[in-house]
Amino acid sequence: MIRFDNVSKVYPKQTRPALRDVSLEVERGEFVFLVGSSGSGKSTFLRLVLREERTSHGQVHVLGKDLARLSNWKVPQMRRQLGTVFQDFRLLPNKTVGENVAFAQEVIGKSRGEIRKSVPQVLDLVGLGGKEDRMPGELSGGEQQRVAIARAFVNRPKLLIADEPTGNLDPQTSVGIMKLLDRINRTGTTVVMATHDQNIVDQMRKRVIELEKGRLVRDQARGVYGYQH
Amino acid sequence: MRAQFVMSEIGVGLRRNLTMTFAVVVSVALSLALFGGSLLMRDQVSTMKGYWYDKVNVSIFLCNKSDAESDPNCAKGAVTTEEKDQIKADLGKMQVVDKVIYESSDQAYKHYKEQFGDSPLARSLTPDQMQESYRIKLRDPQKYQVVATAFNGRDGVQSVQDQKGILENLFGLLNGMNWAALAVMALMLVVALMLIVNTVRVSAFSRRRETGIMRLVGASSFYIQMPFIMEAAVAGLIGGFVACAMLLVGRYFIIDHGLALSEKLNLINFIGWDAVLAKLPLVLAIGLLMPALAAFFALRKYLKV
Repeated sequence: MIRFDNVSKVYPKQTRPALRDVSLEVERGEFVFLVGSSGSGKSTFLRLVLREERTSHGQVHVLGKDLARLSNWKVPQMRRQLGTVFQDFRLLPNKTVGENVAFAQEVIGKSRGEIRKSVPQVLDLVGLGGKEDRMPGELSGGEQQRVAIARAFVNRPKLLIADEPTGNLDPQTSVGIMKLLDRINRTGTTVVMATHDQNIVDQMRKRVIELEKGRLVRDQARGVYGYQH
Repeated sequence: MRAQFVMSEIGVGLRRNLTMTFAVVVSVALSLALFGGSLLMRDQVSTMKGYWYDKVNVSIFLCNKSDAESDPNCAKGAVTTEEKDQIKADLGKMQVVDKVIYESSDQAYKHYKEQFGDSPLARSLTPDQMQESYRIKLRDPQKYQVVATAFNGRDGVQSVQDQKGILENLFGLLNGMNWAALAVMALMLVVALMLIVNTVRVSAFSRRRETGIMRLVGASSFYIQMPFIMEAAVAGLIGGFVACAMLLVGRYFIIDHGLALSEKLNLINFIGWDAVLAKLPLVLAIGLLMPALAAFFALRKYLKV
């Protein structure tokens, strides 16, 4: 699903690399936590997977494709198979919940009939059935994140990227979001989630990849947030 | 779905930048009106020049039957074949003469019709009222006097005319105005393009949320850029329509009414509505395409895809 081969990334005008010589593989259907302190390279890792950035050295394969060899005009096609969720939700405030989800389908040219069918379906899945016509501003943070997840999942991506999806939420709401991501994972979607949330990582007992100053320092199946000393 | 979605995006974008859109419309309209105006001015000049203006330097008009009655120069009657042959032979011997073309009265009638078309004067005219003439191209256009002194007053010659003498100053003026109009147009065009680039930048910035999401869910760059390009194109097209209206209104008030040049200068044949209408598609096409192209290139800089 994702393969990094000796990947390094140096941003222009910076001497310290954001990633150094990272190699790893994420299999289909896995649930992976990406942990590490701020500046450890988590965001760079995700940006490379989304091909928002290109590597300085090494190769990134996503869904079997070498991203370095993927021409620019094919990138959108690749991104349609990925879903993305962020800490700050990134909903459109002037569109209703239903329109926000539908937006992800409209802009890739899905038919009206298809949209009308899949939007209520995915809203049911995230536990927001019947709230289609609400505005994002009327919803709680947890509900807004559910809308964002619905939008990321409505095109049935093979891989879901979540960048600190619980970063703005209280612990109880976070548990709800994690249950939802777990359910999505069980449908066969690979989930890669960057997080700072120790409790969640410790509870879920999933694979943990830890980055520190751009290096891969730990890759542990059924891991916890930090080393236990 | 797609079309409706794109249309609503365009509407929102145009309204959001209403003042900027207005500025784009006005500057595009002005530059295109100047462009169309200068094209029409060129048409007007070539209409006034008539058939021979650019081709020859001197015309020798020969007497015909009606001249023989009215014109003192033709007191000895219409030109005879011998006289014509003699003139031709003499012209052939002159050093300054480059080329001599004979125009029969039928040809003269035809050229007159072409230039003045349906004017009342042209309608009352018959071919045998037209003069035969020799149209002469000189090696050096300044040497007009040589021909004039040689043939003025000769039997059968009604008059010798320096083709450019009369209209040259007027055309010089019109030509100068034309260049001035083009210079102002170029300036307005630069202003219009800079406004469009700026509008696109503001527009891209105010919609960065939407475009960011579009990018993430895999919308094609064409789909992301289309609303911006269409926005510029719509504003430009409106500008184009305004320019067209300005050209039509301009012709109406300068030639037909208001200034009413067609009444004051009734010897001049003015361009018709067809000439104006013929320019409109070009004006509209440029109004549509130029801002769209400008937006396209601006987007490469301001919108990451």
